[in-house]
Amino acid sequence: MPLQSLDIVRRSATTLPEPEVRGAHTGQVAKLIDTTKCIGCKACQVACMEWNDLRDDIGTCTGHYDNPHDLSEHSWTLMRFFEYENPKGDLEWLIRKDGCMHCEDPGCLKACPSPGAIVQYANGIVDFQEENCIGCGYCVTGCPFDVPRISKSDKKAYKCTLCSDRVAVGLEPACVKTCPTGAIVFGTKEDMKQHAEERIEDLKSRGFDQAGLYDPAGVSGTHVMYVLHHADQPGLYSGLPENPKISPTVRLWKGAAKPLALFAMAATAAVGFLHYIGIGPNETDEGDEEAARRESEKAP
Amino acid sequence: MTNHWVDIKNADLILIMGGNAAEAHPCGFKWVTEAKAHNKARLIVVDPRFTRSASVADYYAPIRPGTDITFLGGLINYLLTNDKIQRDYVVNYTDLPFIVKEEFAFTDGIYSGYNADKRSYDKSSWDYELGADGYAKVDPTLQHPRCVYNLLKQHYARYVPEMVERVCGTPKDKILHVWEMIATTATPTRAMTIMYALGWTQHSIGSQMIRTGAMVQLLLGNIGVSGGGMNALRGHSNIQGLTDLGLLSNQLPAYISLPSQGEQEYAKYLAARTLKPLRPNQLSYWQNTPKFFVSFMKTWWGDAATEQNNWAYDYLPKLDKLYDMLQVYELMHQGKMNGYLAQGFNPLAAAPNKAKLTSGFSKLKFLVIMDPLATETSEFWRNYGELNDVDSSKIQTEVFRLPTTCFAEENGTLVNSARWLQWHWKGANPPGEARSDLEIMAGIFTRMRAMYAKDGGAFPDPILNLTWKYAQVQSPSPEELAKEYSGSALKDLADPKDPTKITRKAGEQLAGFAELRDDGSTQSGCWIFCGAWGPAGNLMARRDNSDPTGIGQTLNWAWSWPANRRVLYNRASCDPAGKPYNPNRKLIAWNGTAWGGADVPDFKADENPAGGMGPFIMNPEGVARFFARSNMAEGPFPEHYEPFDTPLGYNPLNPHQPLATSNPAARVFAGDREAFGTAAQFPHVATTYRLTEHFHYWTKHARLNAIIQPEQFVEIGEALAKDIGIATGERVKVSSNRGYIKAVAMVTKRIRPLTVDGKTLHIVGVPIHWGFMGLAKPGFLANTLTPVVGDANSQTPEFKAFLVKVEKA
Repeated sequence: MPLQSLDIVRRSATTLPEPEVRGAHTGQVAKLIDTTKCIGCKACQVACMEWNDLRDDIGTCTGHYDNPHDLSEHSWTLMRFFEYENPKGDLEWLIRKDGCMHCEDPGCLKACPSPGAIVQYANGIVDFQEENCIGCGYCVTGCPFDVPRISKSDKKAYKCTLCSDRVAVGLEPACVKTCPTGAIVFGTKEDMKQHAEERIEDLKSRGFDQAGLYDPAGVSGTHVMYVLHHADQPGLYSGLPENPKISPTVRLWKGAAKPLALFAMAATAAVGFLHYIGIGPNETDEGDEEAARRESEKAP
Repeated sequence: MTNHWVDIKNADLILIMGGNAAEAHPCGFKWVTEAKAHNKARLIVVDPRFTRSASVADYYAPIRPGTDITFLGGLINYLLTNDKIQRDYVVNYTDLPFIVKEEFAFTDGIYSGYNADKRSYDKSSWDYELGADGYAKVDPTLQHPRCVYNLLKQHYARYVPEMVERVCGTPKDKILHVWEMIATTATPTRAMTIMYALGWTQHSIGSQMIRTGAMVQLLLGNIGVSGGGMNALRGHSNIQGLTDLGLLSNQLPAYISLPSQGEQEYAKYLAARTLKPLRPNQLSYWQNTPKFFVSFMKTWWGDAATEQNNWAYDYLPKLDKLYDMLQVYELMHQGKMNGYLAQGFNPLAAAPNKAKLTSGFSKLKFLVIMDPLATETSEFWRNYGELNDVDSSKIQTEVFRLPTTCFAEENGTLVNSARWLQWHWKGANPPGEARSDLEIMAGIFTRMRAMYAKDGGAFPDPILNLTWKYAQVQSPSPEELAKEYSGSALKDLADPKDPTKITRKAGEQLAGFAELRDDGSTQSGCWIFCGAWGPAGNLMARRDNSDPTGIGQTLNWAWSWPANRRVLYNRASCDPAGKPYNPNRKLIAWNGTAWGGADVPDFKADENPAGGMGPFIMNPEGVARFFARSNMAEGPFPEHYEPFDTPLGYNPLNPHQPLATSNPAARVFAGDREAFGTAAQFPHVATTYRLTEHFHYWTKHARLNAIIQPEQFVEIGEALAKDIGIATGERVKVSSNRGYIKAVAMVTKRIRPLTVDGKTLHIVGVPIHWGFMGLAKPGFLANTLTPVVGDANSQTPEFKAFLVKVEKA
């Protein structure tokens, strides 16, 4: 299965044409997370930290099983636990492995203004190239799943790579490799959808009438999918969005507004240049400096 | 485990009770997932808390800690009353037809023969009636009023659903739902597996809880079959090996007990362990004890063990009492024991009542710690503020730390829950000055031997004559020890049928325990391991996972004791004529001349079924026991007794007999009795447990584990939190009559108050993993809270049910 293609088919803030010759002819990749088989053991979290050489802080307990408490530049995946009392009065402990969904239509990539900081490979993986990242945080705004995190130390954005380095040499992601119950599986997206069908049939036989696959159309599907007991209520799984979409601002800005923005930037540069040539550089006097200082002190 | 991990995938129904497999055995739990995904299995979890296992269960029922016998005793009553038993199986393969002595009695929770002063029983009435031929009397029609069937029925008749609800706090509809699901496996083609762990063992009635589970499985015909069994999930990575090798104070390797003080005579000792058949044509495999015992003594004392000196029988200690850990800490506490060697053990954290332990350790002259880590025990004398508030200036104990390697830094074998001996290879060199446990023990031994040789002593012979033929005297290799445990011929062994034929040359490894002899010509350090390192080499190192049977019987993967057998009692998977009960999951079958199939037969290989030999060959009856005879301390049938820290103060099943409130045969030391709590002072019921993120007290030293579960917490229900005005994430103080801990409160829907005999009872969950050493946030030792009392048979402490009070810190 030639899933190892690392050909970049999309690149942030780039207008060059994409390479097309080596496509994912036998199918793109997907990771399927079966929340109904997951026991919340966090082995995937540890495998992720080990493979990617990440070490988060030793935190605190805030009265929940979620540790660390949130995704961070050091924690690219984590288990989120939610206690749900169903209408029958029975308790369900819904546990979801959170992390990048690897959208087919990635909002982060769309929003990113830095050329090549975010790329998508032919196999579907969305990857951050930190050396190109300017730390603007637009990817955070662009992501409908609230996944990317900006590092406090190097001011660059980080998230799950779907172990693109492992996948490139024919290995499954580290979390898949380690999952003791087989709740995380990896393969072509088609195979994963088929596997999900079998799982959903089993769940329906156990009374989960609304069991289903989470592969949201609003982002043209994802390369990380969930099997859910309650596919009609994804929000139960610690706020999994019901209908994730790229924010209209990002769409507008990177879609129709992008040529306008480019024109506006060019115009600004041109006007600035003409101003410099015609009038000379702007200069400040002491009064201006003092006013600026007072202004900045007023700010919270 | 009677069965093995992979076999769980063959189950139709899985009951997790007295354990939390998803939490504590996540890797083995994959077979539960497999059974659900590919065998349409249903999973039931019965637990005081809605656990990680419950999160993937088809049905969950809550239960009050320490009342599992009531729940399962009720189930026995339900199965008997509704005739949901596998009749062919129980009549032929269990003791239900056996007739019990007339003197046997049970009144108000107390069995015949009780001595209240000694807290123990004269068990002579707990036995079968014997005929003139010396065999036990039976009534296959099950009509005799004193046959085990009728006694069983009578005993559990009191365990009606209403009583179970009163005692356990489980709502009646949930009780009945679970029982109905379980009863479906009474048919020969459906099997249930029971997975349990410390949630059953760590009670003052723990052994009997497990027996009750086994009795349910016998009634349903689920023992010896693929997908069935009583499956103990062993926690510590080699705790199964520890038990097998007899590292208990009263045991020799391979389940042969040490002599007691009354057994000074070798013949008497051996006779008591060489069991003659109790029914005609039964194998009664313990008839072979002399072969096992002599081969063992030859391993330890070689040429010094001769027929003339009864194979050095006098070298063995004769016990005046059990020297389990609770007894040992009691002796320390009384100042009667002044040295202690803790090898791979952190008792300050792992044993009950920290205050008592600290007092005991403080009276020692020396304490030796063999461990890869600096443990709480090695630092018991140092003040860590509120977490370990001791006055170091008053503690004179000299502490030695001998750093050891850990398992990944040495070759060797571990025995997993499935009884598989899986050889492992060294993965890294140990850091610093760490040495293997073998090397350290060899160093201690050779120095002691030199001192005895030089200075003599009261009885130096056992030390001076101990076999020590290792290539490197100071560092025996794991391979040498493995061969020694397995066994070899000491002389050329002749075929008993043809003395001219030599079957095994002197020095050769033996293929199995059938080759062992009682004349001193063979040696085996642990007869059940015999053959693990056989003539063909190290079978534990095999890694062939091919499964020609399709039911997970990978006979060429590692080596399983005994005799590479994967499912114990597998003869019981066939009907009396030798035909498999379930044609879809055949383990073995009789082919007209021999037994064979997907497993090594647990039976005499050429025994014609027509002869009526029973499948439970280790029992002299040849059948499995509901009636334990004299083998249990507190009685032949499991009876519910309250935990010693009881929230009720009486036993609802035996309310008029105060002696029967808690286990009448459990040993209680005087000071410990005073330290039990009452519901008036400590109204909440606590239970301790482990979390997936940590392993005991080790992994708080490991950064990755500390990241994913950094800080101590206790779990309480929303109702209790509301009562005491606590929100999740705030700190609480949890006190028992032994001490207190403080921790973050995790307020959860997963623990709900139970209504027990009309009263509302709150359950408090106390994970154990924190302490004052390591990388995780410092915390209190959970065993500050727990009581000192053990199971009456195994002396395993009652960690799972005790009284506390929770309040705002």
